Amino acid sequence: MQLIKSDINIDFIGKHNIAYALSIILILLSIGSLIIHKGPNYGIDFVGGTIIQIKFSEQVPVDKIRTGLSDIGFNDASVQNFGHNQDNEFLIRTSNLAMTDKGLSQSITDAVKASTGIAPEIRRVEMVGPQVGKDLRNKALLAIFYSLLFITIYISGRFELKWILSGVMAGSLMTAVYFLSVFNFSMAILITAALVITLALFWILRLKYAMGAIVALLHDVLITIGIFSILNLDFSLPIIAALLTIIGYSLNDTIIVFDRIRENIKGAKTTDSLPLLFNKSINETLSRTILTSVTTLVVLFALYFLGGEIIHNFAFAMIIGILIGTYSSIFVASPIVLIAHKR
Amino acid sequence: MKPFTFKSVLNIGVILAAIVFLLPTFFNCWPHKKINLGLDLQGGMHLVLEVQNIKAVEAEVERTIQEIKKQLRTEGVKHLGISRLNDNSILAKFADGNDKSGFETVLSKNFGNLVAHKPQIDNNIVSYKLALSEEDTENLKKMATAQALETIRNRIDEFGVSEPDIRIQGKNRILIQLPGIQDPERAKDLIGKTAQLTFQLVDDDADVNAAINGTPPVGDEILYQTKYNPGSGIPVKTAFLINKRILLDGSLLTNARVEFDQFQQPQIGIEFNRKGARVFDHITGENIHKRLAIVLDKTVYSAPVIQDRIAGGKARITGHFTLNEAKDLAIALRAGSLPAPVKIIEERTVGPTLGADSIRTGLISMVIGGFLVILFMIIYYKNAGLIADLALIVNIILIGGGLAAFQATLTLPGIAGIILTIGMAVDANVIIYERIREEIRKGKTALAAVHSGFDRAALTILDANVTTLIAALVLYQFGTGPIKGFAVTLCLGIVASLFTALVLSKSIFNFVLKNKPSKKLSI
Repeated sequence: MQLIKSDINIDFIGKHNIAYALSIILILLSIGSLIIHKGPNYGIDFVGGTIIQIKFSEQVPVDKIRTGLSDIGFNDASVQNFGHNQDNEFLIRTSNLAMTDKGLSQSITDAVKASTGIAPEIRRVEMVGPQVGKDLRNKALLAIFYSLLFITIYISGRFELKWILSGVMAGSLMTAVYFLSVFNFSMAILITAALVITLALFWILRLKYAMGAIVALLHDVLITIGIFSILNLDFSLPIIAALLTIIGYSLNDTIIVFDRIRENIKGAKTTDSLPLLFNKSINETLSRTILTSVTTLVVLFALYFLGGEIIHNFAFAMIIGILIGTYSSIFVASPIVLIAHKR
Repeated sequence: MKPFTFKSVLNIGVILAAIVFLLPTFFNCWPHKKINLGLDLQGGMHLVLEVQNIKAVEAEVERTIQEIKKQLRTEGVKHLGISRLNDNSILAKFADGNDKSGFETVLSKNFGNLVAHKPQIDNNIVSYKLALSEEDTENLKKMATAQALETIRNRIDEFGVSEPDIRIQGKNRILIQLPGIQDPERAKDLIGKTAQLTFQLVDDDADVNAAINGTPPVGDEILYQTKYNPGSGIPVKTAFLINKRILLDGSLLTNARVEFDQFQQPQIGIEFNRKGARVFDHITGENIHKRLAIVLDKTVYSAPVIQDRIAGGKARITGHFTLNEAKDLAIALRAGSLPAPVKIIEERTVGPTLGADSIRTGLISMVIGGFLVILFMIIYYKNAGLIADLALIVNIILIGGGLAAFQATLTLPGIAGIILTIGMAVDANVIIYERIREEIRKGKTALAAVHSGFDRAALTILDANVTTLIAALVLYQFGTGPIKGFAVTLCLGIVASLFTALVLSKSIFNFVLKNKPSKKLSI
């Protein structure tokens, strides 16, 4: 069986302007949404707060739960259905931290029982203090930064044999970030600056492949975060795990194309034009790129639909990331390498 | 052809090892290492406590002040007030002259560890500012955290939790993981209790109400006792004016146990060691007809009038305890007090039913996802797909064996990692097969196509997997709990799929091609 014909020849490079326009629109939408919403819609992992998951044996109106909670002073608590309606499961979310020390579960059980007539089962309690939230946020940003950096070292080492150059560069960036973070700079600003410097250095040092890869990765991560922001989905620790996996995985497709580009350039006659070579490489690997994504998407959809509510957003982030990642390895990464080649 | 090549031995060896490690998870057999389930799958509580170790410094400063005062008394030096400032330094005032020089002698003789600033003289009053040295302060803080960890470990051991994980995290945080805990609220109460038991005198010379409205007399503080109205059960708070001087504290306890009074109401009987008994004997003898308050964590439990000297070193803490409260309090007193209060700054508790649900939904999506991928590979690549599917199943066995062998913890995100690996493991086969098809189109024979397919795809597969491995390793380094579980399965999955794609599948292909006369590939 064959989904993509072996003699396929689509002019990807020629259409790169359309692709760039689409990417820029998506990125602008993402940044716009992030600005309007004042950053990602952080879950309690990153800003602190309390969530309590409760389950009833039968149907209970949400209003009644809210009444019970406001009776014990949880006026700011939001109550949402969790999972399928017939599960009678709810998620209570509050920024109130004061009560978690002393008998929180008990007082919630009592209050909700008083207002609904049914004792709920407390299935999960998560409380994160504001300081812990801040720590986790910084850790998450650092994790994204480090994985981007390490991956690009690997790429420039493997594809351009510039291990030392990229290693020294990454080393000095890491040291700079480390020392500046001691001086209480905002981690977000610090890492944005570090990434901008990284991009500039790649350009100056002519690390073409690393640059193509990191641009594609930033593109994928930014748009995934943007879509989460647009849909107002919770940005929690598992989403960071998903983003890191996307960073690692979306590169698979990019590497397949890069590998072929390198192979074709080596065997090329000097008369062959670069854009043609690049386009040929993308087309030759197209079925691979699409198929690997398809198999991964199949399991992710299984996870999304059957994996339960807790893992839902994680699966969603992965699906978005894989789709965007596949798109970017065809339409973003290689054209950037081509541009860098033409310098 | 040799019957046992190095590769075939390697293949079989790795698979057998994985199966051996995986078996104990399902049956009770050697090597008895089951796959650990994370708290999110088996239920349990994860706590991060912050030791407010600045309070230990405060306490030490207060203690030092009492020591200085005592020393000055014995030397006959009069002071004009010695108090603790907010920055935990000590302000001591003396009249210029004999008292000043007397103090300086005491200071240099007994309190050489204190850092003294140059004294200020104002209207014949000399003020000294003293402080603990930076090193002492740091040590106190470190000790407080270490001691808190030890105390909490003792309490949890007595409370009875199987396989708790308690460790220091960073400078002043303690991480506690209690798998399968039945009553998280009670455990939390027990762990968080400071359990600082003190015996202090009630100041009956001054008026409590005046002190509440104004300021308490020097050396006194206002503490409360909570009583419950027997009819309505409404709590009533009674204020006491308590002398700050601690006559005796819980550090000299040898035992604490639950007893019952004549109304079968639980109370806690405590026993002091010989030194404690002597102190108790002494203070009761000296303060007959005064009230002695039993204070626990800044709450007065009772304040009986001392009728007579009490020898033997036994006392009772009464209050309106439930049986469990009394039991836990006895545990806390036996295990010792926390050197500083702790605050819960992170809590994640998962009930056992939710954990079971997560395992179920995780397994269902794994089976369905795996089935779909297996089906897809057979339809798309026919017999070659079958080889990929075999590699996939081996892959999952390898991950399971790896989890058990390394005693890693399987979490819900970890299951997601396995599911993801199912999708990614066949990627390697897809890359190889597409390459083989390409080579066949170029007119190569089946065997040659397979060889160059594997050879040429190997590097690409390695590159692609190394980048994911880098991301997974970073995630392992930065992640906590469940997320770490994800990183672990992802790493194992990547390594396993490198093996299954590059070594195992290749061997199977070689085997099939060598035993097949037609030399035509079903791919």
